Amino acid sequence: MSAPSGITRVTLLKDLRLEWRSKDAINSMLFFSLLVVVVFSFSFDPSAEESRQIAGGLIWVAFLFAAVVALNQTWAREIRNQVLDAYRVSPAPANSLFAAKVLGNFIFVTVLEALMTPLFVVFYRLRALGPVWQLLLVAGLGTWALVVNGTFFAAMSLRTRSREIMLPLLLFPISIPALLAMVQATTAILNGEGARFWIVLLATYDLVFTTVCLLLFETVLSAE
Amino acid sequence: MKKLFPIFGALTAILLVYALCMALVPGRMSIFGIPLGEGAPTEQTMGDVQRIFYYHVPSAWTAFLLFFINFGASIYYLATRKSAADIVALVCAEVGVVFCTVVLITGPIWARPVWGIWWTWDMRLTSTLVLWLIYVSYLFLRRFSAGGQTPLLAAALAVLGALCVPFVYFSIWFFRTQHPQPVMGGGGSIDPRMMHALLINWLAFSCFAFLVCWSRYRLEKLQRDVDEAHALESLLDPRGSTR
Repeated sequence: MSAPSGITRVTLLKDLRLEWRSKDAINSMLFFSLLVVVVFSFSFDPSAEESRQIAGGLIWVAFLFAAVVALNQTWAREIRNQVLDAYRVSPAPANSLFAAKVLGNFIFVTVLEALMTPLFVVFYRLRALGPVWQLLLVAGLGTWALVVNGTFFAAMSLRTRSREIMLPLLLFPISIPALLAMVQATTAILNGEGARFWIVLLATYDLVFTTVCLLLFETVLSAE
Repeated sequence: MKKLFPIFGALTAILLVYALCMALVPGRMSIFGIPLGEGAPTEQTMGDVQRIFYYHVPSAWTAFLLFFINFGASIYYLATRKSAADIVALVCAEVGVVFCTVVLITGPIWARPVWGIWWTWDMRLTSTLVLWLIYVSYLFLRRFSAGGQTPLLAAALAVLGALCVPFVYFSIWFFRTQHPQPVMGGGGSIDPRMMHALLINWLAFSCFAFLVCWSRYRLEKLQRDVDEAHALESLLDPRGSTR
């Protein structure tokens, strides 16, 4: 039996290679969030000062919706040839698989954010008044919060009827505190105010939910 | 246990009537000369509208209590896999969502004449709404997931949902203390007669919730037994069950 980290690495590399060849998730996420940006800018038509107030919310809502697109595809691939069933009967630890999927999704969503943020800056004429490195920290922590819970709930909604609808129904209510923290932190930094409380809250949220998801994932994976 | 059910039901009904009188009728009450305590007086500034408080607050406490039991039962289920714990979790979530809905409906009815608005994104209102959303999503999961895996998935979600509650309160508390909102009531002490009516109502509502949970528990247990019997029957005699 290979080490847990080995399984994580192999699965992660396989997912990245598949994504690199097909570019299914990243293309649909990019186009989807582009649509959200355009639709929002039509519905608000903000000035530079206003957009600084609302941009935090817009960016994160766009990323949240786009992340759901990728998260829904996470496990779909493993069902097609009963890969997941094979994994379940193998002695490999479930958490290695979970870690690989979370890291994979984290990379996809981060790439999306890196590509979309310049567009946001241009479309909404944004200029941060606070330190930019804090924005990077918020982006990292916030993406992690979405992706950990999202991967977990995607595995959960795999077992339900109409699974594509189920994921946002489960993910959004639980993510409300994290979303609030991300949006408030981003808005505070853009306006040059302190965001320490929100960053600490987000880090705690990440810590708690990562731990619990790791504890419960095996149960969810092997639920019969 | 079954014989206790009607007795408990009758007691709850009496308690609910008594609590209703306490909440709605000011002044002393007595039956055949036996004093039964004093109803809550009318509030000076808000008037009779304030009496919705005796339904609003006990419903909220009952809902929180039920959600807490749901959390405990879910953890117990994850540890032991006993189907009774799963039924308790399901029943508490269902009844809790109903009570939470009552809270969310009676709140605006009170707020409209007193604050002049139906809804405000105040801390308590927002966090109760988020709590309601979390448990509605729990019920959705139970409804949409198929067969024997439902209890496990639901228990996992219940644990995550319950862990989310402190984050919800904490984040919304900070979010809202930065932007002051209309302050309600002015705080301070509460008239002991009002407190009495409030606590009696809470007791009555808790008994009522327990009664509903009990009967729902029996129904769910029966339903599962019937399903099991059907499954067994079709296993033993595949042709007989198809008709």
